[in-house]
Amino acid sequence: MTKFTYTEKKDTRSGFGAGLTELGRTNPDVVALCADLVGSLKMQEFIKENPERFFQIGIAEANMMGIAAGMTIGGKIPFTGTFANFSTGRVYDQIRQSIAYSEKNVKICASHAGLTLGEDGATHQILEDIGMMKMLPNMVVINPCDYNQTKAATIAIADHHGPVYLRFGRPSVPIFTPADQKFEIGKAIKMIEGSDVTIFATGHLVWEAIEAEAALAEQGISAEVINIHTIKPLDTEAILASVAKTGCVVTAEEHQMNGGLGDSVAQTLAMNHPAPLEMVAVNDSFGESGKPAELMTKYGIDAANIVKAAQKVIGRK
Amino acid sequence: MSKPTTAELERIASQVRRDIVRMVHAVNSGHPGGSLGCTDFLVALYFHVMNRNDGFDMDGRGEDIFFLSNGHISPVWYSVLARAGYFEVSELATFRKINSRLQGHPATEEGLEGIRVASGSLGQGLSVACGAAQAKKLNGDDSLIFALMGDGELEEGQVWEAAMYASHCKVDNLIATVDYNGQQIDGPTDEVMSLGDLKAKFEAFGWTVIESNGNDMASVVASLEEAKALTGQGKPILNLMTTAMGYGVDFMVGTHKWHGVAPNDEQLADALGQLEETLGDY
Ligand SMILES: Cc1ncc(C[n+]2csc(CCOP(=O)(O)OP(=O)(O)O)c2C)c(N)n1
Ligand SMILES: [Mg+2]
Repeated sequence: MTKFTYTEKKDTRSGFGAGLTELGRTNPDVVALCADLVGSLKMQEFIKENPERFFQIGIAEANMMGIAAGMTIGGKIPFTGTFANFSTGRVYDQIRQSIAYSEKNVKICASHAGLTLGEDGATHQILEDIGMMKMLPNMVVINPCDYNQTKAATIAIADHHGPVYLRFGRPSVPIFTPADQKFEIGKAIKMIEGSDVTIFATGHLVWEAIEAEAALAEQGISAEVINIHTIKPLDTEAILASVAKTGCVVTAEEHQMNGGLGDSVAQTLAMNHPAPLEMVAVNDSFGESGKPAELMTKYGIDAANIVKAAQKVIGRK
Repeated sequence: MSKPTTAELERIASQVRRDIVRMVHAVNSGHPGGSLGCTDFLVALYFHVMNRNDGFDMDGRGEDIFFLSNGHISPVWYSVLARAGYFEVSELATFRKINSRLQGHPATEEGLEGIRVASGSLGQGLSVACGAAQAKKLNGDDSLIFALMGDGELEEGQVWEAAMYASHCKVDNLIATVDYNGQQIDGPTDEVMSLGDLKAKFEAFGWTVIESNGNDMASVVASLEEAKALTGQGKPILNLMTTAMGYGVDFMVGTHKWHGVAPNDEQLADALGQLEETLGDY
């Protein structure tokens, strides 16, 4: 069976930066926009190599979304960069009208998502972004798990025609997916095969799920771990196939319970194959300042909480 | 093809105004006031000023592009697009009805030729226009971007973000026009939210500003030609165009009351009596 280990940790936003740099070299239509957060979004390399294809917008995110929409007219593929909070809630109506409804080929690239942004606190820790974005018709929603996958996702979305929300984070996290793994939008990845419970995890919680699986194995529980890097379109086939085998589900994400991955999985199960479900997610609360790991524990979204949820859901079978 | 004369443009405008009042009357909804006020502008733009290619290409390469930011005046845009040949004039009869491509506010989803971005939520069009103008520059395409905004719309902060951006980035292939009718939904702009000295404001934001009369065909054309001559000089161009809301129908002129109200049967007959049918009603 696959054993996941890591030798290096890196932030997923650097994976975005590396993917963007590569796109700069390979796709002349790709342009990048940023609202005064070039360093945070790791866009420096792209800018250095393609100064004429970079647009500094200043602290004006609404304007950035409109400009990006306009640039698609003429065939450009704009990648916007700012924090996840300012990529979504701040500009929801601009995205809704000028990008999603207008079917514009804009890639909304959002860093510092979730609690693990850390010390800046709740003003910046958006936990509602997946929900807002997945509700928009035409929008694809992607939340990759590590540096390699974020880089691969960044490159892959340039070839998808239509609006995409790409969510990633600030802290250094283990790199455990292969550097050469192709990213297929909407195709879940089975990380670990198991038979007693399925853990569907997204983003930073995929690594936590892998740790939880090891702890569960020691207790004689066989958990299947599936990486749902694309929340929309959701790989319902992979979800239903796994649940048919394991009969119960834990979802894990760095997001509100309302509107997140858990919601989407619950909908799929309820309509196709009702099964016990526990959600590891933030429960109707804002975050706060602190270290990423402390916050994950306090808000109940670390490996230990996944273990507890798995034990509980198996008991409900 | 030779350009239409002022008299010919005025005849088109008369028909467009008939279309507008008939469209909003038919569904007892929509926005006649701003539409009538901006009729001369849109007719001049599409039939005289813009360099347009045949057919419709979303990317608009090698041709001038227009964005309507104040999407509520969709009736005038739909009529002008149809009269300019983007789609059948008969389709105007579907305005605001179920299964129509002519949504209450402009949309791309239905594939309506001539429309490149949705509008209706105010304040977004100037940003989109800036992006499209910069895409033209990246493509080495020296045609122009035109945009129209309402004056009340200028109360939205995003407009000023875009205004600041356009001058900072020297978006000098952009001509934005303000429908300066002094009216918005709740009353005159002076009462709702004074706009102050718009010329000075846009100049302070680094724009070249021209002032024009939007309800005199000859001066509409002349001002847009003047604006075109000012492009390519490192600054975006703002055309501060004074209009009268409801222009062309005497009982609708100059009041916010006709911003978004349709005429009844009697009022329609009265309005049509003031507007010559020049190209045949749809
Ligand atoms: C963001 C947003 N807020 C409010 C509205 C509702 N609304 C539609 S038109 C309008 C008034 C616009 O005034 P102006 O731009 O001067 O247009 P005019 O009334 O002159 O046609 C308002 C408030 C809207 N469409 N979008
Ligand atoms: Mg007005």
